[in-house]
Amino acid sequence: MSERATAPPMFNVQIDGVWRQFPKGTRVIEACEQAGSYVPHYCYHKKLSSPGNCRMCLIEMGMPKLGPDRKPELGADGKPVINWMLRPQISCAQDIAEGMGVRTNSPLAKECQRGVMEFLLINHPLDCPICDQAGECLLQEFSVEYGTAESRFLENKVKKPKNVVLGPRVTLDDERCILCSRCIRFCQEIAKDDVLGFVDRGSHTVLTAHPGKRLENNYSLNTVDICPVGALTSSDFRFKMRVWFLKETKSICTSCATGCNTLIGTREDIIYRQTPRQNDAVNSCWMCDYGRLHFSYLESEKRLLEPRISSGEKLAAVNWKTAITQAALQLRQFSGWEIAVVASGRMTNEELWLTAQIARLLGVQFIDIVPRTGPSDDILLSADRNPNSNGARLLLQLASEPGAKLPALAEAAKSGQVKALVALGENPLAFGISTEQLAQLPAFIVMDILSNVATEHATVLLPASGFAEKRGSMINGKGRLQRLNRAVRPPGTARDDWEILRDLLQALGGGNAIYSIEDVFRQMSDAVPQFAGLSLSKIGDPGAHVMQLEESPPTEKPSDEAKIEEGASAQSQRRNEKST
Amino acid sequence: MNVFFITTSLLKIIGMIFVVILPMVSYAVYAERRVSALIQDRLGPNRVGPAGLFQPIADAAKFLFKEDFTPAQVNKFYYWLAPCLAMVPAITTIAVVPFGSTLLGVPMVIADINVGILYVFAISSLGVYGIVLAGWASNSKYPFLGGVRSSSQMISYELSLGLAVIPVFLLVGNLRLTNVVRYQIENGWMIAPFIGDWANLGKWLLAIPMITSFFVFTIAVFAETNRLPFDLPEAEQELAGGYHTEYSSMKFALFFLGEYAAMITGSAIIVTLFLGGWHLPLPSLHGGFHWLVVDGTAPGWRGVVGGLFNIATFFVKVAALLFMFMWVRWTLPRFRYDQLMRLGWLFFFEIALVNIFIVAGILAYFQF
Amino acid sequence: MAITVARPKRNWRERLYLPAIAAGMVITIKHFKNTIFGRTKVTMQYPEEKWDSSLPEHYRGAPALVRDTDGRVRCVACQLCEFICPPRAIKIIPGEIPSTDRFAKVEKYPEEFDIDMVRCIFCGMCEEVCPEQAIFLRKDYAITGFTREEMVHDKDKLLEIGGVMHGVVLKWNEKK
Repeated sequence: MSERATAPPMFNVQIDGVWRQFPKGTRVIEACEQAGSYVPHYCYHKKLSSPGNCRMCLIEMGMPKLGPDRKPELGADGKPVINWMLRPQISCAQDIAEGMGVRTNSPLAKECQRGVMEFLLINHPLDCPICDQAGECLLQEFSVEYGTAESRFLENKVKKPKNVVLGPRVTLDDERCILCSRCIRFCQEIAKDDVLGFVDRGSHTVLTAHPGKRLENNYSLNTVDICPVGALTSSDFRFKMRVWFLKETKSICTSCATGCNTLIGTREDIIYRQTPRQNDAVNSCWMCDYGRLHFSYLESEKRLLEPRISSGEKLAAVNWKTAITQAALQLRQFSGWEIAVVASGRMTNEELWLTAQIARLLGVQFIDIVPRTGPSDDILLSADRNPNSNGARLLLQLASEPGAKLPALAEAAKSGQVKALVALGENPLAFGISTEQLAQLPAFIVMDILSNVATEHATVLLPASGFAEKRGSMINGKGRLQRLNRAVRPPGTARDDWEILRDLLQALGGGNAIYSIEDVFRQMSDAVPQFAGLSLSKIGDPGAHVMQLEESPPTEKPSDEAKIEEGASAQSQRRNEKST
Repeated sequence: MNVFFITTSLLKIIGMIFVVILPMVSYAVYAERRVSALIQDRLGPNRVGPAGLFQPIADAAKFLFKEDFTPAQVNKFYYWLAPCLAMVPAITTIAVVPFGSTLLGVPMVIADINVGILYVFAISSLGVYGIVLAGWASNSKYPFLGGVRSSSQMISYELSLGLAVIPVFLLVGNLRLTNVVRYQIENGWMIAPFIGDWANLGKWLLAIPMITSFFVFTIAVFAETNRLPFDLPEAEQELAGGYHTEYSSMKFALFFLGEYAAMITGSAIIVTLFLGGWHLPLPSLHGGFHWLVVDGTAPGWRGVVGGLFNIATFFVKVAALLFMFMWVRWTLPRFRYDQLMRLGWLFFFEIALVNIFIVAGILAYFQF
Repeated sequence: MAITVARPKRNWRERLYLPAIAAGMVITIKHFKNTIFGRTKVTMQYPEEKWDSSLPEHYRGAPALVRDTDGRVRCVACQLCEFICPPRAIKIIPGEIPSTDRFAKVEKYPEEFDIDMVRCIFCGMCEEVCPEQAIFLRKDYAITGFTREEMVHDKDKLLEIGGVMHGVVLKWNEKK
């Protein structure tokens, strides 16, 4: 830590004729990017080690010319005279040094870029019309910016395997592969699942899974993200939609407490894919396949489309006003100790806040959320599969651990003490209440998005919105407040959860002057010290830390730099093994 | 009044309106479209029936089936009354116009009254009420402007119209229109007196003010019927259609047809006053050169043929005038409003007035 | 500032306007005469007379999908035409060609391809943007229908209009 505390020494570097200062350890390609001179690259990825095998980032480089006294000679401007090297250098695998000179735009550098582009395209099938990467393909982009319009290659292109199933979620087209090895390094360094490698030599080199192995780890789809071309494609997204049609909405993943930052790709109210959004405080550049593909339920046939109230045997569709009035009417018949509220760790802070208001208004004693756990890994996936357990702890003021009150609640329902049950996004059958008991409840108000056995017994059924259909905020497992954004509209007449709760609160006689979700957050920031001074817009895209957790999750996760070093050493070790 | 008179009058009225005027009106619309098209190197409606001759029927059906829409803000009673007032005077005026000699002994005029021309002016000037009411009752900007323009225009040109016919009646000495025709049969048409006494210098001198009168009267009829170049009440470019902007369906059609009916009536009066009415002189060399008078007085089938020939003559003359109306419309651009007023008050009014004195002087000098 | 437009001085004959009016009447009656005797012929009597035979080579009629001489539907559902289409008339649902198919190598084909001819503006951008020479604007211009649904050309209809295209690049059929 003491090393970190002292600022690293700054080096003077001349980039495209301008002298600038960068801290020691900066890679040349990064320094160039910070200086505004973008250097094209394929194999280099800021979160991975640099093998330097694509050669796209070639630049002209020079070191200070040393005089007889071993001191840099100074030019007329008082700056060192640079001794330019005759050969171009790759900028991704090189750290800056004092007095270094870099030319990213010189005729030599441009000629190198053109040449490398031509080589890369020699065996490329140029099947952009059917390639899923088209539109976000670095080969296309750099070909336009740095390449030539024509190929001088007259011979037959090399044939390689196409449509190779690498694993359950990833499909490989070897002809498109430019052998940058990003996917291999990702598997080694980040996913810790060394399954990919190159075989054969020269033009016939192909990417493949090691014999007997498949790319099936929970992070396999990140290889698709970082693949600069269309070689690795997502089997789920394959041929579904061209990327240029997708509207990308910044949001977060709600499948576990990590809350990975995402971009939701949608077109005309249909979600086509989720991709990770870089946030070094949460998920770096990655997300797990489980969370990434966990959105198709939003288009399920079982979505609840309209509010319903029970009339006789079945549930009759009514308008919102009737449903809310009916719910309020049923709840007012009972006193606080006869009502139980089961909220959800999947609700946003705003919804939880309004739930707490309703509970306070009714004097409810039984209020809890349903815990949800699963196996975790030490990369991103958390054992707590509720995205907002911390928000529920904070806003519902749960004294005990989430779920602690549920057995008592089930007991009270059995004994008949609880006469009204409000289930918000949760299924009471999951914590020991039977369907018979649900059927006997005089008031069973359900707000959910999918129909299930329990919703059939609801006295009032309120269709709500899924995670991609609403705005709001959540607190992840590390106490970071992050925002959800609306990517698609909810189906049917389903409404935003916070609106439903707001209307219910008002029908019960409490709460006013809440017209937008910003108003809810404003109330919350006034009342909850952790949110003081914040508003929904002030949270910002990267989120904001709001909770200092006593038992903060262990920081055994290695930082990116450490990972890169580790990966690089593993690589060199392998090389040594091979050579011996 | 006997039964015969009532029967023949009813037959004449019904025949005139439903067999002659209304078809003529609708075919005038068709003719207008064809003529305008031909003048502009187009073809015009030629799809419905042979050469498009059923087009008026199709148009009528279309007008009848269109939604008869009454805007909310209009004055309902007058809004409904206006189209009727536009159509009725135009048709009623035709009652006193002799459209033929006699057929089977029945005079081919619906009402041969002794104040013929006064009746014509009395009724035809009611036509302005239709337009003014339409403009006012529509309760809308453009129709209102159209109505105002129309009223002042009609009043202005009614003066020239009235003054221009005085020479004719000075000469004939009778207001009955059949007498005007009779006079022209004997002495030649008002603008071309080739019949009768060739040696009478006064008669030839008289033709000059008569031609002047004819021009003033014809141009005034253009203005009275709102035809181009005087169609300011319904100027499409400025007033979005003028007084009938708010009208649709059959009510609009009534305005449209009323305009053409007024045109036909105006032409009929011009023919009667200046162009010899139903008379067509046929030259005959039988027993020396003389003009043959064909009318319905001959006995037997010759009388019938003669009567029909007179009626045909009359309507051919009217049709020729209608063609001229259309020809002028598709040649001349619209006047500016101040030009229109200047022309009416500073030229035609004075010309017509002076013309009366010239005619009176000639009549007095040559002892007619 | 007001500008005074200089008006030309006219002599009394010009100020009488009658010669000018007469000249105008003569001009219009000449047109009337020439048209009625068929000396001027401008109008084409559409359903009987058509200009199909004299349509220019670059005429832009209904867009259509074509097959090549191998009988393959050339479209690979890249959706560029859907993207470029200014009135958004095109809707494509892509599908994957099964590996047993003769053209399995192409991998992708349009499962559904609809062009809403009510929306189409015949701009030809789809033809211009197509990287596969699969969509062409044919010379059909009489596109009619009684309902909006009828006016949507589906894949079969588009292929029927398009027919077989000769002389296009056979990029998938030979060795690349």
